[in-house]
Amino acid sequence: MTKMLNLKLKVWRQDGPDDAGHFEDYSTTVADDASFLEMLDYVNEQLIADNREPIAFDHDCREGICGSCGLMINGQAHGPQKGTATCQLHMRKFNDGDHITIEPWRAAAFPIIKDLAVNRAAFDRIIESGGYITVNTGAAQDANETPVPKEAADAAMDAAACIGCGACVAACPNSAANLFTSAKIQHLNLLPQGQAERFGRTKAMVETMEDYFGSCTNYGECQEACPKEISVDFIAMMNRDYAKSMIVNRRRLGERKVG
Amino acid sequence: MALELDAKVPPGPIADKWDNHKFDLKLVNPNNRRKFTVLVVGTGLAGASAAASLGELGYNVKVFTYHDSPRRAHSIAAQGGINAAKNYRNDGDSVYRLFYDTIKGGDYRSREANVYRLAQVSGNIIDQCAAQGVPFAREYGGLLDNRSFGGAQVSRTFYARGQTGQQLLLGAYQALARQIQAGTVELYNRMEMQDVVVADGRAQGITCRDLLSGEIVSFAGHAVLLCTGGYGNVYFLSTNAKACNVTATWRAHRQGAAFANPCFTQIHPTCIPPADEFQSKLTLMSESLRNDGRIWVPTEFDEQRAPGDIPESERDYYLERKYPSFGNLVPRDVASRNSKTVVDEGRGVGPLKNGVYLDFSDAIERFGAETIKARYGNLFDMYERITGEDPYKVPMRIYPATHYTMGGLWVDYNLMTTIPGLFALGEANFSDHGANRLGASALMQGLADGYFVAPATVPGYLAGLLGTPVMDTSDPAFTQTVAESQSRIDRLVGIQGTRSPDHYHRELGKLVWDYCGMSRNRTGLEKALAEIPALREEFWSDVRVLGNPGGFNQSLEKALRVSDFMEMAELKVADALQREESCGGHFREEHQTADGEAQRDDEHFAFVGAWEWGGPDVQHDAVLNKEPLEFENVQLTQRSYK
Ligand SMILES: Cc1cc2nc3c(=O)[nH]c(=O)nc-3n(C[C@H](O)[C@H](O)[C@H](O)COP(=O)(O)OP(=O)(O)OC[C@H]3O[C@@H](n4cnc5c(N)ncnc54)[C@H](O)[C@@H]3O)c2cc1C
Ligand code: SF4
Ligand code: FES
Repeated sequence: MTKMLNLKLKVWRQDGPDDAGHFEDYSTTVADDASFLEMLDYVNEQLIADNREPIAFDHDCREGICGSCGLMINGQAHGPQKGTATCQLHMRKFNDGDHITIEPWRAAAFPIIKDLAVNRAAFDRIIESGGYITVNTGAAQDANETPVPKEAADAAMDAAACIGCGACVAACPNSAANLFTSAKIQHLNLLPQGQAERFGRTKAMVETMEDYFGSCTNYGECQEACPKEISVDFIAMMNRDYAKSMIVNRRRLGERKVG
Repeated sequence: MALELDAKVPPGPIADKWDNHKFDLKLVNPNNRRKFTVLVVGTGLAGASAAASLGELGYNVKVFTYHDSPRRAHSIAAQGGINAAKNYRNDGDSVYRLFYDTIKGGDYRSREANVYRLAQVSGNIIDQCAAQGVPFAREYGGLLDNRSFGGAQVSRTFYARGQTGQQLLLGAYQALARQIQAGTVELYNRMEMQDVVVADGRAQGITCRDLLSGEIVSFAGHAVLLCTGGYGNVYFLSTNAKACNVTATWRAHRQGAAFANPCFTQIHPTCIPPADEFQSKLTLMSESLRNDGRIWVPTEFDEQRAPGDIPESERDYYLERKYPSFGNLVPRDVASRNSKTVVDEGRGVGPLKNGVYLDFSDAIERFGAETIKARYGNLFDMYERITGEDPYKVPMRIYPATHYTMGGLWVDYNLMTTIPGLFALGEANFSDHGANRLGASALMQGLADGYFVAPATVPGYLAGLLGTPVMDTSDPAFTQTVAESQSRIDRLVGIQGTRSPDHYHRELGKLVWDYCGMSRNRTGLEKALAEIPALREEFWSDVRVLGNPGGFNQSLEKALRVSDFMEMAELKVADALQREESCGGHFREEHQTADGEAQRDDEHFAFVGAWEWGGPDVQHDAVLNKEPLEFENVQLTQRSYK
């Protein structure tokens, strides 16, 4: 049966990138079968009814796959439910009378756009630096000419499941993006198709990551926060490939930066 | 003024049309390609693949999306898979069979030549994606795995766990990222197209609202490709992502592009029913669940007992009863309509009496919970996350929801709209699925259009413009369009009414769902045609858009989108009224067989209904143009699933 929850919210409001920002308090009553974002929709409808500007937050699919949503809920990236993106979190995980603090991702590489919406373009820059396999449209051979061991395909898929939400960065005390970057690198590095560019890709992506994000010191908070439960093992694999790339690339490419 | 709808289907046998046409199309010399600017709007499967492929060829491409990253396009949410006529299973599949299944599944309302080409390039898509590193499911020998999907008797669906759309989109996004790095493609994110600029009889560019600064900006190009997805959110509640909208295609329509078959929408039978009035969207549960789940409702009206307490004799397994040979596996439209019938009768289940049971207890008994978990574990988890109920113990509750729109901008064989230089790809066009789309065929079509069709046909158009510079964006054609976009915004912000954009979107959605949803009749459609303009007027005098229009403003974004839905909805209903037959997803109650099945009228309605914008009184001003459909390679038959 549906239960009604009375909630006290403390929400970060910030008018723009240069505004200092502040918390505002709201109280609301919602059904426990609402999703977390439906709760915010409802608060926004109330705000509009009161002639107050609604809270800005990014979201789109509301199915945990597009990676648009992402809120710090009581200090936890994506909130209390493990392996669950903000949009999939439902209010039945909360209790009547709860106080909930809602903040945006906080990281130097993710500047705040407004309220709870941040700019995650740095992730795209990492992909552009090498997160692909070079194959022009039309140049591919029959797909079954390159068998891929099932284990490799499965492991690549585990990495490729990353939705690019940025929770790993937000949860990391160093604002490092190693979980995201390693997932993107290992998705391709684990497949036969990805071998030709393996070391060049690793070097380029790791170095672009370092241009934007902090350094990993193995806290492991990223894996805890990740809605797709991407494993930190991929970071270890990335580090190994990166170390090799220093040798392989130097020998083969004479210190040239590859991209 | 009647439009000239020349589909430009090449002559010759159907199997040779595409190859011959590619040979006949004019080419652009590699050195000249960078002199052409192509604007691609949208970065879903269709847009990302088209932009990447045109960039690789050497054109100067600009790509636009309202998302923060190209990877977030709605395509990312597709679960089930992608079809291709590879015949890796040796089970009798072929290009012809995929073509035939698609034409038949679309209830004979699509154009043969386009569908044949789709089937022809389907195999290349899989090759391309595998080479890009899409982690398709594999067998132990390392070769690609397949599953079977609704409406087909062969196993031709390729998949990547339950995240096929995500993986295909990431493949296309990565190919796009490579071109961005190479400098052939320029990315404009958080940029929402507002209008198409048409001058000298062709598309010259677009205007966009920069979602961060609020500024209206112009871009000129030699060709514009709209890859902006479907209009399912006209219903407010749908399985589409929240931001999906009709603005790009609707604005193009207002500038002269014909809008085809807007009444053709697909309602998916297995979605989770709304839980309350604040429900913001609906979640699709994979169709595959119908392989093992049995659908039923209580025989009694207003049943109060829990499902487990209802004895077998008081359950109505209505699909098994009415369709003994297909049972729970009848096609999407048949399953959806039957759910509606029993819920409307008052036999719906759940707190709001708005669903039917999908029961796995027999399957669990027969195969064991472990097997069922292996098959559907992630779906069961998703269901539990949303509803708080455990489907291993209590039957799921499901209800149909809007899922896909077959209608869209009218395009010829080259995917060009009735505005020269303006192309439409993917779900945004009407081309391949007729009145109903088969499962796993939308991903195929988006990628076929983007990787293989547009990169051949767009240059054929550009070749004729060699030596013509793009129009200067200070030309009045641009500055006037910018001024119009800006004045629409000023008007919306100036209303300062009482209700939010979402309020109006919900109201509109209810009207369209009630009268132009799963089944339609003249009285209801006429009622909707009276109520939609009234609601639109109310919207334009009472909507409340708060905040600064000169900056990031999600209320304004919504209001702009809703304002276009308000017009589009009216055309959709007018189209449904005009089509006096039942076909595919369009069921007119007046046109059914004695036992309640859809009745097509091939004599009068074997045409594409291509609407021309006439003016703001949409239902009276719009002009219907007809492209007759000719079937030379398939025999028209009535579907039967008894
Ligand atoms: C839940 C779900 C599951 C599905 N599962 C399957 C499946 O298993 N198999 C299958 O074949 N199909 C499936 N489909 C259908 C399929 O996913 C879509 O039809 C297809 O992905 C559409 O791709 P697209 O490239 O045409 O458009 P979209 O992916 O919708 O992309 C539209 C793009 O246009 C941009 N855009 C739109 N308007 C503007 C504007 N005004 N300005 C700037 N940018 C704009 C958006 O930002 C976005 O980038 C599913 C659909 C849903 C809803
Ligand atoms: S690794 Fe996980 S937390 Fe990080 S971006 Fe990917 S899905 Fe999000
Ligand atoms: S809204 Fe798409 S992942 Fe949450």
